[in-house]
Amino acid sequence: MAQDIKEGEELLRVDNVHMSFGKVAALSGVSFTVRKGEIHSIIGPNGAGKTVMMNCINGLYHPQRGNIIYKGENINRLKPYQRAQIGISRTFQKIELFSGMTVLDNIRLGRHIHMKTGIVSGALYVGKASKEEIENRAFIEEEIIDLLEIEHIRDKIVGMLPYGLQKRVELGRALALDPELLILDEPLAGLNLEEVEDMARFILDVNEEERWKVTCILVEHDMGVVMDLSDSVTVLNFGEMIADGTPDEIQSNPEVIKAYLGAEDLYVSRA
Amino acid sequence: MSQTNLFFMTLTTGLMVGGIYALVALGWVIIYKCSGVLNLAMGELTIIGAYVTLTFYQMGVPFVLAVVISLIIGLVLGILTERVFLDRLIGEPILTVIMVTVGLSFFFRGLVEFIWGTNTRVFQPPVFPLKPVKIGFLVIGSVYLWSFVTAIVLLLILVAFFQYTRWGLAMQATADDEMAAISLGVSARFVYAAAWAIAFMAAGVGGSLLGNINGLNISVSYLGLLVLPAVVLGGLNSIPGAIVGGLAIGILQNFAGAYLDQYFPGGVKQIFPFVFMVVFLLFKPYGLWGWERIERV
Repeated sequence: MAQDIKEGEELLRVDNVHMSFGKVAALSGVSFTVRKGEIHSIIGPNGAGKTVMMNCINGLYHPQRGNIIYKGENINRLKPYQRAQIGISRTFQKIELFSGMTVLDNIRLGRHIHMKTGIVSGALYVGKASKEEIENRAFIEEEIIDLLEIEHIRDKIVGMLPYGLQKRVELGRALALDPELLILDEPLAGLNLEEVEDMARFILDVNEEERWKVTCILVEHDMGVVMDLSDSVTVLNFGEMIADGTPDEIQSNPEVIKAYLGAEDLYVSRA
Repeated sequence: MSQTNLFFMTLTTGLMVGGIYALVALGWVIIYKCSGVLNLAMGELTIIGAYVTLTFYQMGVPFVLAVVISLIIGLVLGILTERVFLDRLIGEPILTVIMVTVGLSFFFRGLVEFIWGTNTRVFQPPVFPLKPVKIGFLVIGSVYLWSFVTAIVLLLILVAFFQYTRWGLAMQATADDEMAAISLGVSARFVYAAAWAIAFMAAGVGGSLLGNINGLNISVSYLGLLVLPAVVLGGLNSIPGAIVGGLAIGILQNFAGAYLDQYFPGGVKQIFPFVFMVVFLLFKPYGLWGWERIERV
């Protein structure tokens, strides 16, 4: 996986992926390409298979047919933790934080793969181990906590925080991996207007700032945000891909409008 | 022996044995902490380790080396147990896994009886000098003292491991939310294997030490049951809790033996920790340092 992908080149390709649970086909033949540097959105009604698709990309599910190509290599057989090691990170639709731990410990766990110290030297806590710890701490403090403006809650137990902040901590944990590809599964769901604006800003920062330049896959229902942020959009409906293109193309696609049943103006979907 | 003397002697003996309990309790907590599994085969892990140590010791290997060999074999057995029996249960309901540990306990017990028989064996020649150590007015059997020292050293190593390596946090994370942990690059299989290996090793040393005190037979596996009150006291998923709980149970047990036995002759020393556990649970269901479940409405 040594090769470097330049901006605009293919980073991830989903190729004809089929996934079914018993007789229910969750995905039937989905294909799309995510280019480096872009924000690629996956939209579709509830039950369209968006989260299943995300789970296939990060390895929680293994598709029955089709391929997931990352940086030109087939990663079908890699386990989730191995995919994290090659730069794929994610957040979850339903928050999956370690609720009994502090914010800082949650984010520190995101650094797990960057701590190469073996068990023995780690146990003795000598030389490399302590230097590594200092570097990781600096990264967390200066890059992540600063970016997401969560300094005031860093030592709080995550389970006690309001929902909006938990969403932010989850983003921070995903960023701690220093990923190349970030999967955001409904990062805005359940947030109030102000929190939505903040979160959208963070996503843009992460995508555009020179320090990060993270390619994002965004699963979202909020069409306003999706159309504003995305460089390209894939639309799923009942496990099938019904459209793929730029936000403008998607908005004028009759198939898409039909799938969203009567949602004539995609911009008003936010209740 | 004066009353004060008796009190301090009982306290010291309790503390020394408690060190061994703490070690085994820690092994138990590690498995619970990272997988949520109550390991009901813990007692069998202790006798396997103890018998392995004894076997090598009888062959003329120095005791320390025999313990190291037992540690290595414990490591291998721990990984094997996880791979062969428990790996395929990842993602299954916890209760299933707990039932498997019950099965494992019968299996291991049978294996031990098959290999080593049921007679009580003693470490011959005695590992520790029979002459007791005098500290002030306290007289302590050297086997107790050395067991305590060994247990404390190992405890410190394990605690440091959890405090200062990434694996401590990773184990806790795996217990809390496996899906999130693996998505962050933590290998759940590695964590489980490591937990079982550590539990096997801690239990083995605990068993070897206790075998030196009372002689070794299948009833040493009672130790595996004794860790339950210890970890319940400390909180099921708390490492300091396991240590404090282990020490406390050792002390309580010896006090019960010294002071209550005259009123309730028989096995009060054996059952007292469990009576205590039941009463304690009424008041502190999460133990001293266990996580309370936070429910938000």
